[in-house]
Amino acid sequence: MFNVISNEIIAENLHKMVVSAPRIAHARKPGQFVMVRLDQGEERIPLTISDADSAAGTITLFIQAVGASTRNIVATPAGGFIRDVAGPLGKGTRIINWGRVVCIGGGVGTAVLFPMVKALAEAGNQVTTIIGGRSGNFILLAAELTPLSDTFLVTTEDGSLGTKGFVTAPLADILADPARIPRAVFAVGPVPMMKAVAEMTRPQGIETIVSLNPIMIDGTGMCGGCRVQIGAETKFACVDGPEFDAHQVDFDGLSDRLTSYHTEEAGMHAAAECKIGRNVSV
Amino acid sequence: MNNTLSAKERMGIARVVMPQLPADVRSRNFEEVNRGLSENQAFTEAQRCLQCKNRPCVAGCPVGVSIPEFIKALAAEDLPRSAQILRNDNALPAVCGRVCPQETQCEALCIRGVKGEAVAIGYLERYVADWAQQHPEQQLKETAATATGKTVVVVGSGPAGLTAAGELARLGHAVTIFEALHDTGGVLRYGIPEFRLPKDIIDREVALLSELGVGIECNVIIGRTLTIAELRSQFDAVFIANGAGLPAMLNIPGENLKGVYAANEFLTRVNLMEAGRTDNSATPVIRRSEVAVIGGGNTAIDCVRTARRLGAERAMLVYRRGETEMPARREEVTHAREEGVEFIMLTAPTEVLGTEDGWVSGLRCRKMELGEPDDSGRRSPRAIAGSDFDLSAGVIIDAVGTSANPLLTASAPDLSLSTRGNILINTGGETSIPGVFAGGDIVRGGATVILAMGDGKRTAAAIDAYLKRA
Ligand SMILES: Cc1cc2nc3c(=O)[nH]c(=O)nc-3n(C[C@H](O)[C@H](O)[C@H](O)COP(=O)(O)OP(=O)(O)OC[C@H]3O[C@@H](n4cnc5c(N)ncnc54)[C@H](O)[C@@H]3O)c2cc1C
Ligand code: FES
Repeated sequence: MFNVISNEIIAENLHKMVVSAPRIAHARKPGQFVMVRLDQGEERIPLTISDADSAAGTITLFIQAVGASTRNIVATPAGGFIRDVAGPLGKGTRIINWGRVVCIGGGVGTAVLFPMVKALAEAGNQVTTIIGGRSGNFILLAAELTPLSDTFLVTTEDGSLGTKGFVTAPLADILADPARIPRAVFAVGPVPMMKAVAEMTRPQGIETIVSLNPIMIDGTGMCGGCRVQIGAETKFACVDGPEFDAHQVDFDGLSDRLTSYHTEEAGMHAAAECKIGRNVSV
Repeated sequence: MNNTLSAKERMGIARVVMPQLPADVRSRNFEEVNRGLSENQAFTEAQRCLQCKNRPCVAGCPVGVSIPEFIKALAAEDLPRSAQILRNDNALPAVCGRVCPQETQCEALCIRGVKGEAVAIGYLERYVADWAQQHPEQQLKETAATATGKTVVVVGSGPAGLTAAGELARLGHAVTIFEALHDTGGVLRYGIPEFRLPKDIIDREVALLSELGVGIECNVIIGRTLTIAELRSQFDAVFIANGAGLPAMLNIPGENLKGVYAANEFLTRVNLMEAGRTDNSATPVIRRSEVAVIGGGNTAIDCVRTARRLGAERAMLVYRRGETEMPARREEVTHAREEGVEFIMLTAPTEVLGTEDGWVSGLRCRKMELGEPDDSGRRSPRAIAGSDFDLSAGVIIDAVGTSANPLLTASAPDLSLSTRGNILINTGGETSIPGVFAGGDIVRGGATVILAMGDGKRTAAAIDAYLKRA
């Protein structure tokens, strides 16, 4: 059992949860994740460890309530318990002093990006951070990222915060400016965003690292469910990743595999809704 | 024992037939297929044993269970004694009675099998073990060992880990098991389906360990949550039994299409996460009316029978050798056939076919013929030119095997490994790191429950000796 220390809503459907997990807090490196199962009967889902406090023995998770499982997790109040938290899993981010780097976060991907930015800044990199979201309400961690970044930029689709448009626009400006060309680009967000970034940095051969989010079950390399096509090879994202060279990733294959359970999940929602309906009527 | 029976009379008794759920009923549910012998059936079957002086059956058992002795006690209707004999030799008899390949082990060497049918040793083992689990109060009590003050950590709660933990606790050592998943049992829980091995059997074995004082902690992944070096510094000895959980992929085009599963994923979804089995499971599994499973071992049979139970009209087993070469337990092969599984033998897949939107639509296959025997002694398959054909299928399950998972070993550079990534041990079960022992599938590659258990038992004795020296 893992104690929930705090649970705050930081945006619509987005929670920041601090969970007591001393061993994980101690062992964890930036870029790693945990497998979480709220209770018996629930799914095992991967969540990035956004931050950890090894003295306090806690880890911080940002959870977007998108499906039934994540909705149930975020419904756990401070003082409540999560049955299973296992990790830290995956390879950590390769942190070196590249010099100039650009870090790009889209939506909840920003929570995954945050520990990378922190580690890269600590390693002496000059970090330009670009965060995008649908609207100002979906811009995460701006206050935390600003002091870590040499330049901090925001884009929103509706223009309610920062520049109107997508994260790719400021990136294009940077790539076009010889004085600002980065040595490496880190991008985490929706698959189309990561794919677009990869295509933009490919011509100049700029090292680009993305963090992938395939469906996972065990997170330890046992099931093969998280496999992704990297160049000519099939890799298991939970052990070989989750970070990969963006120029080698088969993003279309990844998006496609992410839809594997859409029909089943729609069916489950319908069934759950049905049950709720029944309860209400009796 | 009814000593009044003459050898001739014993020879006159026909081998017991295991009561089973009818094939049409069971192929729609997950209830255990074999219902277990009645008391009468068990007592009568025990009378078939000739009590051979040279005990050939025992030589066929990887852990040397005292087979004639436990059967003799059973024939004498002394169940507590029979259970005790069995338990002394085999830590998990209720499991082994169900999943051991008896037909190639003990029963293969039974003298009664020379002319007629072997004694149903596996069924009797299961009968006695089930009786013992149901009558804990009647079991001959073990005297608690005095605490030695030594601590041992066991990595993994599969048959090797569970057995070693029990043995070491009985010797008075303080034992902790760390398990990576959220539940215990290893392959017994996430791999072997309930229709062969009900999970309450594992629950009871694990409860027994807790009673013995073994500490069991799930969600601890050695190599990630804690390292071997940390374990080495916190415990007096370490036993690594983390299994062989890394699926071998097919390496054919199309294996990443939607609807292609590695056996471990499919079985874990259904067994561990209960996908498709209870209304309450939040974990989904893809069900299609046509499912093709590739492979010929126990894993393949378990997958194809599971797919059938999840509603597949055509549940197909595609294997590159013939039925007689299949390494699966005979009984499972028979059961699968009765349940309507289609056997597509001497067939190897060459490509997974897909639809435009990325779903599996079928399997391109090639016919094979058998050539000379290979290293494994089985005749090796050869492709027949121009024999390609396509099978229609909406789900493909790859059950061609597993290898050693490097998660733990990669984090312990001092651990010597074979070229295939298995941990190397000396004859005492010790690895290249003093005080660190290993056994089960991580040492042998994918093997069997009884071999893993035997490793657990032998290594526990070696660890005990090591702790006494230290
Ligand atoms: C589907 C299937 C059917 C089978 N059917 C049969 C059969 O009918 N008869 C038979 O005899 N054999 C059968 N086998 C083989 C048999 O199950 C295995 O040989 C046996 O379980 C091996 O035991 P083990 O204890 O070595 O490992 P496992 O049972 O694999 O257990 C290892 C445990 O260690 C845990 N673990 C892994 N890594 C770590 C880590 N880093 N830290 C902590 N814990 C970790 C795993 O989660 C697991 O719980 C079957 C196998 C499969 C897959
Ligand atoms: S999640 Fe199972 S292998 Fe990666």
